[in-house]
Amino acid sequence: MTEDGGTGAGRGLRQLTLRDRHEALGARFAPFAGWEMPLQYQGIVGEHHAVRDRVGVFDVSHLGRALVQGSQAGPLLRSVTTFDVTRLVPGKAHYSLYCNEAGGIDDDVFVYRLAGERWAVVHNASNADQDFDRLRSVFGDDASEITADTAMLAVQGPDAMSLLGSVLGDAVAGLEMRSCVELDWRGGQVMFARTGYTGEDGGECIIGVRQAAALWDALIEGGASPAGLGARDTLRLEAALPLYGNDLDAATSPYEAGLGFAVTLDDGAPFTGREALAEARDRPRTRRLAHLVARRRGVLRTGYAVHAPDGGDPVARLTSGSFSPSLRLGIGMAYLPVELAKTGARFDVDVRGRMLPVEVVRRPFYRKSRE
Amino acid sequence: MKADYEVPDNLLYTDEHEWLRRDEENPDQATIGITDFAQDNVGDVVYLELPPEGDSVSAGETCGEIESAKTVSDLYAPVDGVVVATNGDLEDQPELVNDSPYGDGWMIRVRMADAAQLDDLLDASAYRALIEEH
Repeated sequence: MTEDGGTGAGRGLRQLTLRDRHEALGARFAPFAGWEMPLQYQGIVGEHHAVRDRVGVFDVSHLGRALVQGSQAGPLLRSVTTFDVTRLVPGKAHYSLYCNEAGGIDDDVFVYRLAGERWAVVHNASNADQDFDRLRSVFGDDASEITADTAMLAVQGPDAMSLLGSVLGDAVAGLEMRSCVELDWRGGQVMFARTGYTGEDGGECIIGVRQAAALWDALIEGGASPAGLGARDTLRLEAALPLYGNDLDAATSPYEAGLGFAVTLDDGAPFTGREALAEARDRPRTRRLAHLVARRRGVLRTGYAVHAPDGGDPVARLTSGSFSPSLRLGIGMAYLPVELAKTGARFDVDVRGRMLPVEVVRRPFYRKSRE
Repeated sequence: MKADYEVPDNLLYTDEHEWLRRDEENPDQATIGITDFAQDNVGDVVYLELPPEGDSVSAGETCGEIESAKTVSDLYAPVDGVVVATNGDLEDQPELVNDSPYGDGWMIRVRMADAAQLDDLLDASAYRALIEEH
């Protein structure tokens, strides 16, 4: 029982534009990727259920945001990212990866094709600097970092789109999945995309810092529950969405991670890591990211060892682990040897000296039942 | 920003944020749980690993684990003794620890080996001073 409530401003950490809003709502802060971020407001479990059942709003302004432009922006972006983004029409967005020459994942990113010859890219906070350097290396001055000039709010849950429609207008309400649009709002510009990281419907807004508080207030007044990084983690894990630094790293191939859908090889276009990825695609895999559910009560945590059952040797460590508020069970992910990672296979996870039996399941852990 | 934590006057406390209530009818027995301050800091409790009836516990040593949504914390025994009851309601409703830390969220009851150990625990005013430092 020695945890700090975390109410004091951390030293040397970047502060969110909306920090006072979070404080007023009772947020507890924690450092994350160089930022002081709201970990939770009233409680992780309640915030989790608010997103699953209604609508929640997350301040995700720590994510790196960049704009690139130019008549060759599509092919240039394609040269540094694994998905063939040139196939995106204006107003569409797609998940993609930055890989290294060895075919390992340097970051996972979202690419948005805006109107005209402009594109936006969203990076993980922990990689934002080197990711921007990557863009700068091919775009030069046609790449601009907008992280400090903007805030980013994720609005997620079954009621998210109706709330967003009422706050931002009809242009947003009718948008298809993974579509994006720029619109004027209260004298500033908002880039909106129907995307997210929770397994729920909803969208993400990039907005100038001057309008950010007004948008936050409108969303809260419209009924969104503030939700912190704690709930964001349990939600993304239930949806089996990987987290860079936990489940993905520079030594991990997209194919092992189940992210082959984010790699385009059939267009023949060159991009960083292409040769290694082409080889990896055709090579039998030795391990894959498997999804594990506890078979009795207990909580899985990142880093715990996964053992072969009945006193067997450790075969992997959990790259992510948590308690699933929706399933009320421990859930986690680990790179298991392919021959062992069959659906239904049993393992034991070493929970601080006690063995907790787990079972391999298909992803995701939690799927929204649509009416 | 500091929350106003409940610290009942009639309980004893540890510096690891457990409370102990001596049983009036069986003065060799005591009920143990975690404080309001503790439940607020660990956050939503989702699972508890508590010692079963008959287990011996030792003062200052880990006797259980409290899993919250964000972290796992140890439960320390305030005194030496033998567990005579654990709160079975917490199996299905671990959130009782958050909702009622001094009531329905109690964790274990022990038969104390040496009631003199109670003198080593903090009274309510000393415990209040301890959490003021946080």
